[in-house]
Amino acid sequence: MISGPFCVLQENRQFGSKMTDSKYFTTTKKGEIFELKAELNSDKKEKKKEAVKKVIASMTVGKDVSALFPDVVNCMQTDNLELKKLVYLYLMNYAKSQPDMAIMAVNTFVKDCEDPNPLIRALAVRTMGCIRVDKITEYLCEPLRKCLKDEDPYVRKTAAVCVAKLHDINAQLVEDQGFLDTLKDLISDSNPMVVANAVAALSEIAESHPNSNLLDLNPQTINKLLTALNECTEWGQIFILDCLANYTPRDDRESQSICERVTPRLSHANSAVVLSAVKVLMKFMEMLPKDLDYYGTLLKKLAPPLVTLLSAEPELQYVALRNINLIVQRRPEIMKHEMKVFFVKYNDPIYVKLEKLDIMIRLASQANIAQVLAELKEYATEVDVDFVRKAVRAIGRCAIKVEQSAERCVSTLLDLIQTKVNYVVQEAIVVIKDIFRKYPNKYESVIATLCENLDSLDEPEARAAMIWIVGEYAERIDNADELLESFLEGFHDESTQVQLQLLTAIVKLFLKKPTETQELVQQVLSLATQDSDNPDLRDRGYIYWRLLSTDPVAAKEVVLAEKPLISEETDLIEPTLLEELICHIGTLASVYHKPPSAFVEGSRGVQHKRLPGSAGSGESVDSPETTSTAGVSDAPPAVIPSQGDLLGDLLNLDLTPTTAGPPPPAPSSGMQLGGMDLLGGGLDSLMGDESEPLGGDLGGTPAIGAGFGAAPAALPASFSAPVSGGLDDLFDLGGGVGMPMGAYSPPKSVWLPAMKAKGLEISGTFARRAGVIQMEMTLTNKAMSVMTDFAIQFNRNSFGLSPAGPLQVLTPLSPNQSIEVALPLNTSGPVMKMDPLNNLQVAVKNNIDVFYFSCQYPISMLFVEDGKMERQIFLATWKDIPNDNESQFQIKDCHLSSDAASNKLQGSNIFTIAKRTVDGQDMLYQSMKLTNGIWVLAELRIQAGNPNYTISLKCRAAEVSQCVFQSYEAVLKN
Amino acid sequence: MIGGLFIYNHKGEVLISRVYRDDIGRNAVDAFRVNVIHARQQVRSPVTNIARTSFFHVKRSNIWLAAVTKQNVNAAMVFEFLYKMCDVMTAYFGKISEENIKNNFVLIYELLDEILDFGYPQNSETGALKTFITQQGIKGQLQTKEEQSQITSQVTGQIGWRREGIKYRRNELFLDVLESVNLLMSPQGQVLSAHVSGRVVMKSYLSGMPECKFGMNDKIVIDKQGKGGATDDAGKSDLGGGSGKQSIAIDDCTFHQCVRLSKFDSERSISFIPPDGEYELMRYRTTKDIILPFRVIPLVREVGRTKLEVKVVIKSNFKPSLLAQKIEVRIPTPLNTSGVQVICMKGKAKYKASENAIVWKIKRMAGMKESQISAEIELLPTNDKKKWARPPISMNFEVPFAPSGLKVRYLKVFESKLNYSDHDVIKWVRYIGRSGIYETRC
Repeated sequence: MISGPFCVLQENRQFGSKMTDSKYFTTTKKGEIFELKAELNSDKKEKKKEAVKKVIASMTVGKDVSALFPDVVNCMQTDNLELKKLVYLYLMNYAKSQPDMAIMAVNTFVKDCEDPNPLIRALAVRTMGCIRVDKITEYLCEPLRKCLKDEDPYVRKTAAVCVAKLHDINAQLVEDQGFLDTLKDLISDSNPMVVANAVAALSEIAESHPNSNLLDLNPQTINKLLTALNECTEWGQIFILDCLANYTPRDDRESQSICERVTPRLSHANSAVVLSAVKVLMKFMEMLPKDLDYYGTLLKKLAPPLVTLLSAEPELQYVALRNINLIVQRRPEIMKHEMKVFFVKYNDPIYVKLEKLDIMIRLASQANIAQVLAELKEYATEVDVDFVRKAVRAIGRCAIKVEQSAERCVSTLLDLIQTKVNYVVQEAIVVIKDIFRKYPNKYESVIATLCENLDSLDEPEARAAMIWIVGEYAERIDNADELLESFLEGFHDESTQVQLQLLTAIVKLFLKKPTETQELVQQVLSLATQDSDNPDLRDRGYIYWRLLSTDPVAAKEVVLAEKPLISEETDLIEPTLLEELICHIGTLASVYHKPPSAFVEGSRGVQHKRLPGSAGSGESVDSPETTSTAGVSDAPPAVIPSQGDLLGDLLNLDLTPTTAGPPPPAPSSGMQLGGMDLLGGGLDSLMGDESEPLGGDLGGTPAIGAGFGAAPAALPASFSAPVSGGLDDLFDLGGGVGMPMGAYSPPKSVWLPAMKAKGLEISGTFARRAGVIQMEMTLTNKAMSVMTDFAIQFNRNSFGLSPAGPLQVLTPLSPNQSIEVALPLNTSGPVMKMDPLNNLQVAVKNNIDVFYFSCQYPISMLFVEDGKMERQIFLATWKDIPNDNESQFQIKDCHLSSDAASNKLQGSNIFTIAKRTVDGQDMLYQSMKLTNGIWVLAELRIQAGNPNYTISLKCRAAEVSQCVFQSYEAVLKN
Repeated sequence: MIGGLFIYNHKGEVLISRVYRDDIGRNAVDAFRVNVIHARQQVRSPVTNIARTSFFHVKRSNIWLAAVTKQNVNAAMVFEFLYKMCDVMTAYFGKISEENIKNNFVLIYELLDEILDFGYPQNSETGALKTFITQQGIKGQLQTKEEQSQITSQVTGQIGWRREGIKYRRNELFLDVLESVNLLMSPQGQVLSAHVSGRVVMKSYLSGMPECKFGMNDKIVIDKQGKGGATDDAGKSDLGGGSGKQSIAIDDCTFHQCVRLSKFDSERSISFIPPDGEYELMRYRTTKDIILPFRVIPLVREVGRTKLEVKVVIKSNFKPSLLAQKIEVRIPTPLNTSGVQVICMKGKAKYKASENAIVWKIKRMAGMKESQISAEIELLPTNDKKKWARPPISMNFEVPFAPSGLKVRYLKVFESKLNYSDHDVIKWVRYIGRSGIYETRC
């Protein structure tokens, strides 16, 4: 019965004599429970209280005192508030283990909720919520309802949190009882603390209900929150700011006005208030146009409070530094002049030192490099091994980052090597290897110094680095063979890293000095292939062996090939993750630099937050809220009719364009399309469209979040190619080459820069060849590793474009290699209106990751070959289409005659049906048909001698006109 | 939100444990003890993730406070809360020690119940808490209805930090401008970084609900006012003593929650209704034109492998009429020091083997003076390859002026309902400049 934790506290018995509370920690006698039982049932109030205190003390140290449950509960009906609180504390701990007996307490709670003293009413409702027994929750509802409407704000603020507690126990009950609505009403409460707690409760509930539109954030509620922000406690301000960060302003003006009202918080003494305010500002800043004066002002306002955070207590400094690390990656301009504040202080805790060092490297630039290097050199003489290593590594990173400093960095590293401190030397050699890889053939003079330290290297990474250097520069090191041979002696004891490096280095050496090193290379090849169990090593050994034996020239080309340079970006956080982390500034996610889904269990945290799109982009079509609000003001039909409906429409000759087509697809409906949904989640993030987190749209649902997370694994399945795919592709390629068509195809442009895709660069264009739409891409590998397993998929788009076959990249793409691919497309994919209409969102996968980009295709690609309309029909249709649907454009600076223009346009399937000349002005009547059956009629007016053409376009789906016009312009001018 | 809160003693025994959320079990208590308190290595981070549970900890003397959660909480808030909790406990029972915590465990539970509800921090202003939670048991039974509603409106209200109906016979206030000046200097005397972090601490004994306005020589304000007449040029060169400077550039400042931040943002005026008693009105930071009260000039010479010669000169750099106090210079010595001989002109110097340093103390020193110490350090021969890291020479001192140059221009008090005016309030202002981390590399 009497167990461990008690005995260890015995030493405190001495305090018992002082008649203070610590004596309760010391009762370790046998039969204690019985004694306590007796005391609890004593008539004397004082004795009772003492006994309950003892019980609580036992509970604290982890002892099971649940046997006393009925006795303790009996003490509950008392006027003594202190005793009551103690009993409540006990109840919260043990009610769950004794649910039936817990019911005994209900009456007292219900009675207390009616007490004239607001403190007691609040205490009762607060405690009841903590008693997590299902049976009790039923009794809780009525008192809670009353307390939510209590006249006293203290009771209301407590009741607001209680709703969150109850929701955690029984979500359904809370919904059924209508507590959520009452909670929403509290957002308009007159008392700021009630508002803050209601916001906190709603935010938490909403997190587990990503679909509900609970925290219905609209400009009115935002305004209420901003008002409460000025008045409530520091904690309340944090709740409100964190909630505000989930809102997406409608436009840059709203964004600016919220920012203006949030900036005063940057001067709050509470660091958490400051960081949450920074989060709101960093997020809403995305919406502000960069040329706005206010944007610059805001940037300037952010730096000082961030620096001030560094004078807080060390734990907070750590949180601040982790966040600043993210902020400097997203917006380097904010902190670029603040390098000095990140200098390490001698007695900073190690976790602060390491973080500061990281930020120093990120801020290093040509302007401050001298100072940074001087500091780093100081740090390299400190005591903490990890810190010293990181400092040495940092010097190397500076060399790679700031080219002008490379020389100074190298000499600093050499100085450090002279100190002969073992781990410093090893670390220095590892980074010098990287410097060689960035600036080949520049600093070989230091090799001699490095070789002197060969014996002291005992870490695999340093040994491997040294061996690499020897192999790479074998021709300049006289005794390279001896050096490598010395490593070879203990070959089997080396780690794989070193073995692989040694193998390669000796082969390099052999290729450079074949005469003297034959024996050595044979030795290493046999060690690698015959005596090793490691498959990687054996494989590499065999490859070299065969290469060397069959074609030494080829071997030379392979082994001594020019290597791509390394870049400094390797340690940056991947941009989409960075964006998500920026939305989580101040939270644990920003401390771990991991998305919440990586460390939070269950449904909470799987929502991926995103930064809002930049100013002026109307990419918010997906958010139901914005659609509905936008729909009221400017209401063109927001959808392209699908094929079938359009035909029906044409047959009906329906004159009202607004009814054309089906109703706008519900934003979530498309997500049910099997393979598409995992892309949907990802592509949304590409659009930079901050989905309303509580609004229950695309990215928000847990299923999709999960799907997105699993994308790399799931992708191949959804890409499963039709059997004929390969053949089609061959055929198409042949067709493309054999039949040069006049169809215009824009020059290739870069769609996916290498920086955003871990080294994969994609540039491309679209073309229509022999009636087949093709996406022609150049894939370039700018990374250092081989890329394989390419696959491609499109998001739903306006015209249902989708790949007709798999992406044919048959050979692995090695570093610095480019490959041309033509991907045939069909138009039978799922349809969703995009903005702009010809926008196409693409996901490309390879063995490294999935990347997303968007591009725009010229709509002329979709003009089909049978787009020539009969004259009569043309006339009838022209009249038939209401004038509202006509749009006029100017094509400037075009010097073609009308015939030449007509010919050129015909090449792109724009057919001239008739030509009229009136007053020296040529009028061409033209038609074209899109793949989905939409006809576009045009009248092109060309005045001899005037380089400006006028074009009128008529179409039932008027929104295509803009794109068609662009195509005209492109075709005519090229 | 915070799922649970534990307080441990240095051995890792639990003194207080309060669990707010179901997802935190008793095993979390042990996980922290095993992985952090009993960890062999030095703590590498104040946030630890063990089995998908995150632990935030702070240490006060040998007491560990740990907040536990399984959610993506606001990390800055959790730490701020832990600090706040320490403040509250200190305000109630003094130093945070094992004995005090055990003696007050009922009180602590009561406080925790009040200031953290379901893991959400609630009003934690000691002034407000003390109105209804006391060490002598809870008030409540004897309160009148008015008192009760006054308590609740204060706890939840806009001015949660002050109660109504405060009366003093003598209205008095004390302002302390406390600055710590930080310096990192290269051996050659180049300032690598220097900043002043200052605090304005106010002790107010004022009746009623006084509206206060605080003014200082903030450059932005002065320049705005100075636009009418050119008064800005005078006194800029007067650096010695730091009294003559007209205005200072404040890099950043933060305020107690009583200050109306939106008003500061728009007009840069500092207006507030102060809490009763002592509190920190504002913190600020400056980096420009700092008066460095002392300059340390080190000279270290290695004589052979077993001997070091150290000479350090300190120069005071302020008005000769002012006196610096509690001056202490700490010169680190290598770990293999076997003996030290010191000669100093002023004060007392001693080699403290346990601290690996020569500590040189001077009680008082006037401005524009200079003093010197020289020492010979004998070293034991070692075969340790590792070089001595040469930690910087650090300094401590206290000076009766503000190294940033900050001046209080006014503190006006308005209380319209009671019959005292700004002139009746007795006001005291004091400036103290202390060394923060004041280091010179050698």
